Amino acid sequence: MKHLISAGDLSRDEALLILDTAEELARVSERSIKKLPTLRGRTVVNLFFEDSTRTRISFEAAAKRLSADVINFSAKGSSVSKGESLKDTALTLQAMGADAVVIRHPASGAPHRLANWVRGSVLNAGDGTHEHPTQALLDAFSMRQRLGRLEGLKVAIVGDILHSRVARSNVLLLATLGAEVTLVAPPTLLPVSVERWPCQVSYDLDAVLPKADVVMMLRVQLERMNAAYFPSAREYSRRYGLDRDRFAKLHDDAIVMHPGPMNRGMEISAEVADSPRSTIVEQVGNGVTVRMAALYLLIGGENQ
Amino acid sequence: MIVIRNARILGGEPRDILIVNGLISEIGAGLGGETVIEAEGLIALPGLVDLHTHLREPGREDAETVETGTRAAARGGFTAVHAMANTSPVADTAGVVEQVWRRGQEAGHCDVHPVGAVTSGLEGKHLAELGAMADSQARVRVFSDDGKCVSDAVLMRRALEYVKAFDGVVAQHAQEPRLTEGAQLNEGEVSGRLGLTGWPAVAEEAIIARDCLLAAHVGSRLHVCHVSTAGSVEIIRWAKSKGWNVTAEVTPHHLLLTDSCAEESPVGPYNPIYKVNPPLRTQDDVNALREALADGTIDCVATDHAPHPVEDKETEWGAAAMGMIGLETALSVVQEAMVETGLLDWAGVADRMSTRPARIGRLSGQGLALEVGAPANITLYDPAVRTPVDPTAMVSRSRNTPYEGLTLPGRVVATFLRGRPTVLDGKLV
Repeated sequence: MKHLISAGDLSRDEALLILDTAEELARVSERSIKKLPTLRGRTVVNLFFEDSTRTRISFEAAAKRLSADVINFSAKGSSVSKGESLKDTALTLQAMGADAVVIRHPASGAPHRLANWVRGSVLNAGDGTHEHPTQALLDAFSMRQRLGRLEGLKVAIVGDILHSRVARSNVLLLATLGAEVTLVAPPTLLPVSVERWPCQVSYDLDAVLPKADVVMMLRVQLERMNAAYFPSAREYSRRYGLDRDRFAKLHDDAIVMHPGPMNRGMEISAEVADSPRSTIVEQVGNGVTVRMAALYLLIGGENQ
Repeated sequence: MIVIRNARILGGEPRDILIVNGLISEIGAGLGGETVIEAEGLIALPGLVDLHTHLREPGREDAETVETGTRAAARGGFTAVHAMANTSPVADTAGVVEQVWRRGQEAGHCDVHPVGAVTSGLEGKHLAELGAMADSQARVRVFSDDGKCVSDAVLMRRALEYVKAFDGVVAQHAQEPRLTEGAQLNEGEVSGRLGLTGWPAVAEEAIIARDCLLAAHVGSRLHVCHVSTAGSVEIIRWAKSKGWNVTAEVTPHHLLLTDSCAEESPVGPYNPIYKVNPPLRTQDDVNALREALADGTIDCVATDHAPHPVEDKETEWGAAAMGMIGLETALSVVQEAMVETGLLDWAGVADRMSTRPARIGRLSGQGLALEVGAPANITLYDPAVRTPVDPTAMVSRSRNTPYEGLTLPGRVVATFLRGRPTVLDGKLV
């Protein structure tokens, strides 16, 4: 593994290696001194062209716990806001000797482009409406932690699939790991060729819930409402929101996930979000260990 | 006096062609002349005519100029190009079209026929002074807001009607704007996987259907730019079957490449060199376009040569400019897609790349058969070689060719504009 750009690039063995490594590293997080010397002398650049506090601090914490030097580069207030191109930014980072670049960018495919211009590893921290592979890895990690397995697990992913990088990465990774994914959304929020994806598709959340082991609710962006993808927030919530009544249809061991940040009362009700079967807070903690594992496996080798 | 020896006119038996005073004066065997050009094994075609070229001048001389763009055209075997109107300032007045026309005359590499904008500033609100452009020295006959669609149905109707007065044609860039807001790539399997906003086929087809009906209603001439989908082909075939005056063009890149290029390229996915409008479509669309060009439903090949400087392509996909250059590779791509596949012979190529585009553009001295008395607009082409496409060897000011890394057949050896060589031995004269 040189880069981590698409969850679809991971073989089953590579994906499991990341999850197993994360599990070992999780034990470090439980110690009072959480730091390992593994990446001492290595430089990790967090290159964020979009506001994302949670993903950025998660990567920052992961790199710091492995003793890497971390440079945070946010597009606001930098030369990027003065019109510098992605290529020139990449060449600058290259000149500074970045071993890994963690990139969050509003354009789909920006990490692929970046990988042409830097010698270090590129980690995709979310690109446009394309992918967010470490989110999928931490979701798989959380599922395995709670339910003990991934093979054969029935996972429902609910919401704005069309614009969701979380959904794309999860579909690819979970297919590789043997889980059975069903995407649930109004037809307007599904890509036109979704039937070719390695998953099932349904418009009916109520029909899917009783069989699901995992329900992953996606955030609904307000701007989708203005673009007529659905008539109103209330109608969306009635048809696709996970409220108390729908929650009751889940079997007793099923868990509820959300990549955050949540719209409480829209796609998920507060009591569901705060229930013990919600993994939402664990997902945040697991994010750090999974990202530690990814950084370690990409740039922790002897030959770097 | 120039004599071209042993050229195979439209791929036929070897003949000598004698050129005197810019005209073909004799065709036969064993002819003599002051200058002899050996053309053994070469095919002679009437000089190619492009209905759709972006020369970028005035305004974007960093990407291309009339001088550099027409050099590229001559290199590609063209003796006439139509310069699109989306310059800065827009070619929407007699002054701008005459300036472009005059620059073409000065450059002298091929004829330059400016296309006039349909609406002022390409804004889609008011008709530009079409009559003034038609009456100008540039004698504009093709009008287009290319780059933008004349989406207002009333305005399109008026434009179609108005140009009848001077036998003009409206060349429509068919793109329903609301269905393509933020669109990046053909809407389908690839756009779904890549997370790029889709450009649905229906956004092209809906406008073409509407415009065919409008053209029929007002009895006007419609030309459809860069047809890219199988559905568009069906609509145009239907309109032609009704006897309506509809013509259409296809670009070389839509005959050869598909949207899968956005997912797989030598430098990984999302290489914006493949970003173009209309977008590359699917293999089914490519097959339908080839068949339509072969059976004449699509009248001609037009390059949509769209030069962009490096910095507008060395970016993330979403930020990149749309378009690709095509003048210097057009004939090779057509050979690859149409001749090697047995869909067109060389007479067919001449018809689709010279005769018909000249007729649509109402050019009198272009696109004529290579016969005694005709102007000596001649392209000599060697179909037997295959060479890797080398962007650095091109004479266009821009390098955004999508064919880098491909090996394509054929090479333009010489181009003659009214008897004067503009290209000899593959090099500009």
